[in-house]
Amino acid sequence: MDSPILQVKNLTKIYGQNVIFQDISLDVNRGETIVIIGPSGTGKSTLLRCINLLTPANSGQIFLNGQEITTPEANEDRVRQQIGMVFQNFLLFNHLTALDNVMVGLTKVKKMPKARAREKALYELNRVGLSDRADHYPGQLSGGQQQRVGIARALAMDPSVMLFDEPTSALDPELIGEVLGVMETLAREHMTMLVVTHEMGFAREVANRIVFMEKGSIVEQGKPDDLFYRPQHERTREFLWKITELYGNKEEKHE
Amino acid sequence: MLQNFFSYILQGVSITIAVTLVALPAGLALGLGLALVNTYGGPWLKRLSAAYSLLMRGVPPVVLLFILYFILSGNVVNLTPFWAGSVSLGIISSAYQMEILRGALLSISGGQMTAARAIGMSRWQAIRNIILPQALRIAIPPWSNEASIVLKDSSLVYALGVPEILRRAQQLSATTQQPMLAFGAAALIYFVLVFLVNRGLDTLAEKTKLPTQAA
Repeated sequence: MDSPILQVKNLTKIYGQNVIFQDISLDVNRGETIVIIGPSGTGKSTLLRCINLLTPANSGQIFLNGQEITTPEANEDRVRQQIGMVFQNFLLFNHLTALDNVMVGLTKVKKMPKARAREKALYELNRVGLSDRADHYPGQLSGGQQQRVGIARALAMDPSVMLFDEPTSALDPELIGEVLGVMETLAREHMTMLVVTHEMGFAREVANRIVFMEKGSIVEQGKPDDLFYRPQHERTREFLWKITELYGNKEEKHE
Repeated sequence: MLQNFFSYILQGVSITIAVTLVALPAGLALGLGLALVNTYGGPWLKRLSAAYSLLMRGVPPVVLLFILYFILSGNVVNLTPFWAGSVSLGIISSAYQMEILRGALLSISGGQMTAARAIGMSRWQAIRNIILPQALRIAIPPWSNEASIVLKDSSLVYALGVPEILRRAQQLSATTQQPMLAFGAAALIYFVLVFLVNRGLDTLAEKTKLPTQAA
């Protein structure tokens, strides 16, 4: 029996007086794609940042491959190497070409020899369909291309889990498809993914499980069909109704 | 006659350049360290470096030069006029270079650090590989300004009798009674030196500029 690759147990995050999320527990199985949805300000992004130890949680535990990463003894830098992160605003390194963006983690963090790192970086760029843009700087790439480089950069570290923090929210509508396409391929290749997004089309088609979060807690989770067609909670129904009304038409177009 | 004037003063150029080549890199090394400490250090290091900057920017270079040479040298350390002058110019400049680099570091968005940490870099790896290469590029134009100030301020070591450009011009002016020619020649030489430094750094800025236009 395969134990969960990522386990979040009773995680709570408080900023000053504000409870961002409370008592969140979530198991992520190997090869699973989980999409987290919910209104903005419900702590979805902060949850991802806590999992990656970019923001310390106030209480609770996180286990990666069965090992607790929230103990003071855990080596944060080591842990982050095993967790890939893709950001809403791409956050590519502006002074490096696409190739170097993907390579820099391999050479500087994993201390891989240059030639091998280059080969690996080219492989990852090819995976996101951008090997012909290897020599371009972020400023020379479109938003969709930048985000794909961002995905390649995270993939290059061979992470156990990939976290996506609203990866398409900052993109022009016509560029969203290329990024979702790459993510869909990854999901089919059984990459373990935790995705925060408002792209309901992607959630319905690709997710193995959808988690609905609101006001800092998980309201409901389940298979896409169950959540979309048989939601257990009134709030889930309302949210899904609202979001499909907002985004529904747009999705029809680019699918 | 004019030729003799020039060749006599030109012999001081190497000393002017030597003073600059001590003061500027020393100021850069110290200023960079201070800027990093001020930007990424704890509250005490921040306060300490800010106080240093405030103090050193508040003292005229020539006053520090006299303090170093007439008060400390001989009692605390042994410094020749050349070293006393170069070191005090370096110290003053470090405060200005710290402010230039601090501004450049702060102008790099916090997301760059976040992204670097997210692929497993330590803070120091992120600063070295991601933040600094971007910040230093931004710092070149204001740094070029500081470089020409240090080059011109190197003339202050003349007050300790170091035979650089200005000192030699002054000697010529006294012996030949031709102040116009002597100081005119000195001014011209300084101008050419500053011009060359600025041009060189402009080229560097141009060469290291990041492409932003879509291809």
